[in-house]
Amino acid sequence: MSNENQPVIKCEAVYKIFGDEAKKIIDAQSSDVVNIEELNQAGCIVGVNNASFEVHKGEMLVVMGLSGSGKSTLLRCISRLTDVTCGKVLIDGEDLLAMNEKELIELRRSKMGMVFQSFALLPHKTVLENIAFPLQVKGVNIQDSIKRAQEMIELVSLQGREHSFPRQLSGGQQQRVGIARSLAVEPDIWFLDEPFSALDPLIRKEMQDEFLRIQAVLKKTILFVTHDFDEALRLADRIAIMKEGVIEQLDTPANIVLNPATPYVRKFTQEVPREKVLRVESVMEEVGKLKASELSTLRVSKDAIIETIAEAVLSESKPVPVIDDTDKMIGILNCSTIIHMLFGDKSAENTLSKTS
Amino acid sequence: MQIKTITENTKLVQVIGLFIVFFALYVLIEPSADNILWRIPEISFGEGSFSFWAVPAIINDSIDYMMFEWMPVQIYDSEIEDYDTSTLLKEVTRGFSGFIEFLINLIRELILGGVKTIVAFTSWDFISDNEWANWPALPWTVVLAGAFIIGYALGGKGLAFFAGISTAYTAIFGQWEPAMETLSFVLIAAPLSFIFGLVLGILAYKNRTIEILLNPLLNVAQTMPHFSYLVPIVVLFGIGDQAGAIATIIFATPPMVRLTLLGLKKISPEIVEAGMMSGCTNRQLLFKVLIPSARRDILIGVNQVIMQCLAMAVIASFIGAKGLGFNLLVALNQLRIGQALELGISIVLIAVVLDKLSLAWANKQVDYFADLTFWQKHRYGLMFLVSLVVGSFFAYIGTLIFNDINYLYLIPHSKGITTAPVWQAGIDWVVENWYHSLQTFNHFMIKDILIPMKEAYLGMPVVATFTLMMGIGYIIGGIRSALVVGGFLLFISLTEWWDRALITAYMTTFGVIISTIIGATVGILCAQNAKASRFILIVCDTFQTFPSFIYLIPVIMLFGVTDTSVLLAVIVYATIPATRYTVEGLRNVPVALQEAGSMSGVNRWQRLTKIEIPLAFPHIMLGVNQTVMFSLVMVIFGAFIGTDDLGQLILKALSDEKGIGNGLILGFCVAFIGLAVDHLISKWSHDRKQALGIN
Repeated sequence: MSNENQPVIKCEAVYKIFGDEAKKIIDAQSSDVVNIEELNQAGCIVGVNNASFEVHKGEMLVVMGLSGSGKSTLLRCISRLTDVTCGKVLIDGEDLLAMNEKELIELRRSKMGMVFQSFALLPHKTVLENIAFPLQVKGVNIQDSIKRAQEMIELVSLQGREHSFPRQLSGGQQQRVGIARSLAVEPDIWFLDEPFSALDPLIRKEMQDEFLRIQAVLKKTILFVTHDFDEALRLADRIAIMKEGVIEQLDTPANIVLNPATPYVRKFTQEVPREKVLRVESVMEEVGKLKASELSTLRVSKDAIIETIAEAVLSESKPVPVIDDTDKMIGILNCSTIIHMLFGDKSAENTLSKTS
Repeated sequence: MQIKTITENTKLVQVIGLFIVFFALYVLIEPSADNILWRIPEISFGEGSFSFWAVPAIINDSIDYMMFEWMPVQIYDSEIEDYDTSTLLKEVTRGFSGFIEFLINLIRELILGGVKTIVAFTSWDFISDNEWANWPALPWTVVLAGAFIIGYALGGKGLAFFAGISTAYTAIFGQWEPAMETLSFVLIAAPLSFIFGLVLGILAYKNRTIEILLNPLLNVAQTMPHFSYLVPIVVLFGIGDQAGAIATIIFATPPMVRLTLLGLKKISPEIVEAGMMSGCTNRQLLFKVLIPSARRDILIGVNQVIMQCLAMAVIASFIGAKGLGFNLLVALNQLRIGQALELGISIVLIAVVLDKLSLAWANKQVDYFADLTFWQKHRYGLMFLVSLVVGSFFAYIGTLIFNDINYLYLIPHSKGITTAPVWQAGIDWVVENWYHSLQTFNHFMIKDILIPMKEAYLGMPVVATFTLMMGIGYIIGGIRSALVVGGFLLFISLTEWWDRALITAYMTTFGVIISTIIGATVGILCAQNAKASRFILIVCDTFQTFPSFIYLIPVIMLFGVTDTSVLLAVIVYATIPATRYTVEGLRNVPVALQEAGSMSGVNRWQRLTKIEIPLAFPHIMLGVNQTVMFSLVMVIFGAFIGTDDLGQLILKALSDEKGIGNGLILGFCVAFIGLAVDHLISKWSHDRKQALGIN
């Protein structure tokens, strides 16, 4: 906890195997690596297969996978809603799996918040009561918990619906309540399990924006699960792509799009419009020996999404300098690069791979 | 071509083959006492030291041993001021029944007044020494106001007036004391059943093993005839209100367990997870998340419990429970039909009022954080206090006006208005004028339909019955179902009551066939129209709240004490589920399929026969299943009128000191008939629904 660089969530070789015999079989295996073959033969079902990763403070890791890929199971292993079969989960350096019932409840009451796909609001409580629920079970007095719940209602813009019941709200509104409830105890770690999957496309987009706005203010450490690759690209700092319990690739959205590690990942990235995902930094070229007079007067930030600056860059005849946060020039962007990005074919992809 | 038809319709061929074998066996096997294929004789082992027919006696002996010899303990008796020897089990059961008796008397005396509760804390001597030590009754006007207020609080004006008028009816028509006795009985039995059911349901939810163990127990408990509960209860708990209440609790708990479990299982796992992630302890999870989320199902369970309690209120009077049921029984025994009818109406009113109140409670939403003023929070309590004062004042005035009976305080039994003579006259008129046609019908039924059918059933060799039932089991659910059904039948055939069971089966079959025909016809007609459907469902709901025993009153009125009466009661009672399930099944055919039909250009008749009925059929069959259960219940009640089936023997066991073994085994026989049919129909309906892809 004292160490700033210590990851907030750290998983080491986490396995989740469903089946009554699973634990026994694994314990009997001598080597450190779990033999999945043997488990499959025994009729066990593998949920999570050897997951290791870290999530740092303020970072958003999106776990992406199709249904049955084990992404929700992984999330539940880290929140200990299911027990890990073997492996290690550390929260702020503390061993989650070694905690007893009381410590676990204390951890959830102080550090964790979770949002669910089907909203999971308590049907017998009003919006205000639902949001205040985690505070209530924690034992916070009524005045304080109402006050805090009211703040949360403002955060998710639900003023005026405090005394509605969940069934009287639309899906989007219900999920706002879910978000508010999960944030009521001011958790450090925020779990979101396909929070927007049950919503209509337009509402989903709106909620994603809302989510990004809230995250920009709160800067929580986030584990976000989704089956929607576009959503993952839009929100993530890093993405973990899962298939059959295995993390196929874990990287930044740009690297995943540019360098898919496996054919499975490539299937997702193929159709993705690069200009909408990539940032200038990942496609810029070195400054080389160009003089200041040979450069355009336009400046683009290294963090800008290509699509947003494409038109401006294309209307320049000279290469455009790329600057970092301190206004220092760190590279240039040529029109040709942008044209390749927008209209290029496979060969363009290859050139890009080289430059990045 | 023909071979193809055969392979495509294997099931049909199997059924035809089965019936051919069945009839061959039926014709070929000679009825003779020595022929084991005809009837299974008494089987004994170890040179007659053990026989299946002796099982009831063995049960009797072991219960006797448990009650009167096992684990003797020394108990201090304050009356004789000395230690007395008793047995552990006896003390436990007597302690429990004493506790229940105390509770019933407490409620009873809160309403009707009395001294027993005070005695429980002091002694009879104290009562005779102190004249003031007598708890006064609540004036009936106050109870009426209470009913009105509760109705208003839960369901608004309509319910308030309904509750109020029903209370006024029982008071004014001189049913006050027995009605309040019945009410006090229900008000104890229902909450206790609720608590037991809730706890067991939660345990079953938490622990899969308990659920698996509980399931067959609940099945048997729900299909055992009411009467057979009474026999062991009498031995263990004696007779009286408390024994009746305990029998009621045993009967009313299973539906509560089921509905609690159902409600808890319906909660989405994410809600449970949300509770855990909010940092709930196990306790908080149970009381703040699980139970409130399952609230609706749990409260429907409460409603079921209340209904079962009222149904049992009549039956419990067989073992000495006081109240409307007891009076009804006496009136029926003396064939005072007019009075029985009045009592019946009172029971039905109490049932319907409690049903409506508990359903209103189930649908009510509670606002926990609502900011209320003192008056808003306590208005119902204050309103009741006011009516208490006003009612007492009127009761006091009453003492000044009336010199004999204070009509504003407590109207004694049979001192109210009575309509019995009117009813009696009406019945006499009907009997006088229609006697001939009623008797002709009665005669025709018995001579031309019932007796031949009964003979046909009794002429069935035991092997043929087994072949038929197990064959159907095999066709429906493979070898497993065949064995399940065979097991149930084997139990019955090993007892000495196979013939009686066949009579029960014949009456049930007759009732089921007629009820299904009537119910399905009415259901199909009503389902054509949304308004008619709603109406018929309300009618079904209302009839279902009537305690089952009530149905016997009108049929005895018209047909006297004959088999026809029993079967008419069976038909009226069992038509309810047949109708309800038909309507539900037809109305719930998916809209998309209806539309697909319309776009294919079906006419009304085609829509019904080609789309709606095939899709609704599995659900209608579940209705038939219920019809079987309802028929069995009523056939056993028929024993009261006079039948010669299993029910009659159970009724006899009730008055037999050594009847416990017989009562239990007979009860199992009835339960197993029900369970065998239930297994077949549920399995078929479930598979069929799955095949059709509907839920």
